[in-house]
Amino acid sequence: MAEIAEGGGGGHGKGGKKRAKKQSTRIDMTPMVDLAFLLLTFFVLTSTFSKPKSMEITFPAPPPPGPPPPEVKNGLTVILSKDHKIFYYKGQFYAPDNKEAKPPTVLEETTFTSEGLHKLLLDMNSYAKDEITKLQAKVKSKEMADSTYKRLSIDAKGDKRSLTVLLKTDDKATYKDVIDVVDEMNICFVGKYVIVDMSAPELALLNEKIK
Amino acid sequence: MPKIKVPKSAPSLDMTPMVDLAFLLVTFFMLTASFRMAEPVVVDPPSSVSDKLLPDNTIMVTVDELGRPFFGISNAEAKVNALHKMASKYNVKFSPEQEKKFGGLSSFGVEIKDLPRYLDATENERLKFQPQKGVPNDSARNPQLRDWILNSAQEANAVYIRERDKAKELGKDFKGEKPRYAIKADGKAKYISVKDIIKTFTDMKIYRFNLITSLEGGSTAPAAAEKK
Repeated sequence: MAEIAEGGGGGHGKGGKKRAKKQSTRIDMTPMVDLAFLLLTFFVLTSTFSKPKSMEITFPAPPPPGPPPPEVKNGLTVILSKDHKIFYYKGQFYAPDNKEAKPPTVLEETTFTSEGLHKLLLDMNSYAKDEITKLQAKVKSKEMADSTYKRLSIDAKGDKRSLTVLLKTDDKATYKDVIDVVDEMNICFVGKYVIVDMSAPELALLNEKIK
Repeated sequence: MPKIKVPKSAPSLDMTPMVDLAFLLVTFFMLTASFRMAEPVVVDPPSSVSDKLLPDNTIMVTVDELGRPFFGISNAEAKVNALHKMASKYNVKFSPEQEKKFGGLSSFGVEIKDLPRYLDATENERLKFQPQKGVPNDSARNPQLRDWILNSAQEANAVYIRERDKAKELGKDFKGEKPRYAIKADGKAKYISVKDIIKTFTDMKIYRFNLITSLEGGSTAPAAAEKK
């Protein structure tokens, strides 16, 4: 099928009047096209466009010896446990029999939905949220350059009035939950967060709660 | 009434544009395709809204569902150099052929004493390889994972510096990246097993990681959309 048919050409040689057979100069390209589509199908099915995405995260260096850092004002502690359970308390931890005679800390339960953790973080981080929304508006109206926006939004997230989150897990929490919380914090403009170990009284409180 | 003439020749369609397009697409896919190396375990990373791409030059620890750590380096040259160092430290001999195979390995999860046997196995045999308990990560008694990370970080940095200086000498633009540390863990893995890996890193004063995630498409999607 794939021979090249010659038409015209040698027609005039024999007796002048004899006409050449009219043959087309076409090649049958069917096999080639078949192959092309086969390859196309193969590459379409095997190729993966998505290079894996990644999340940059910095873990704390062990604290230098010396007095402990001053207490954080606007703090939230999120505690993860088995079965995707998520608890939190605001501010500092107070054991049931603390010396300052403060009311003991109570763990509240929340969820991974937009009504739960998302709302909680946004409410507590309203300073950074408002600042960044203002900055975004300025960028949109071209009053501010992107680089300035980046710098100022980092400043806003690091401001004293912004939320600081401590993320703690027990032995049974899954990695996915940790990433979900970190992700939610990124969405809610929380710039100051750290994943740390739980203290013994906190663990006792948690075990009490999930019992 | 004259009858409607039926054309005698077979109906033909000009397929040239379609074929042109097909070839264009074939060319495109062939040029953009990069074949993924076979991984010893399937890991389903959790999703996030982060759209940062994973850097090319990485030293990666993969944690599977059961919490076993697997180790991998993306730079083939550094990979083989690190193997040399590890071989001399743990007194394991590797043939040149095994070294070559090691260069093509994406990651592995066996002890170094089992590694020659693992490398001799075919790809299918490797999936059923026993014992495949992950790279030992016992900081006191058997810190093989730490040694792998330490040696490959040194080698990867050496390769990076050498390539950068070479490019400088030739007056070319250098596009290479410094090696980064990445952790790829299964969403169902216990956080405590990931924490062990992170502790291994932080003990070596490495505090910055890339945690590999897939792109968001899960339960927090409405929240992600709100942000945009």
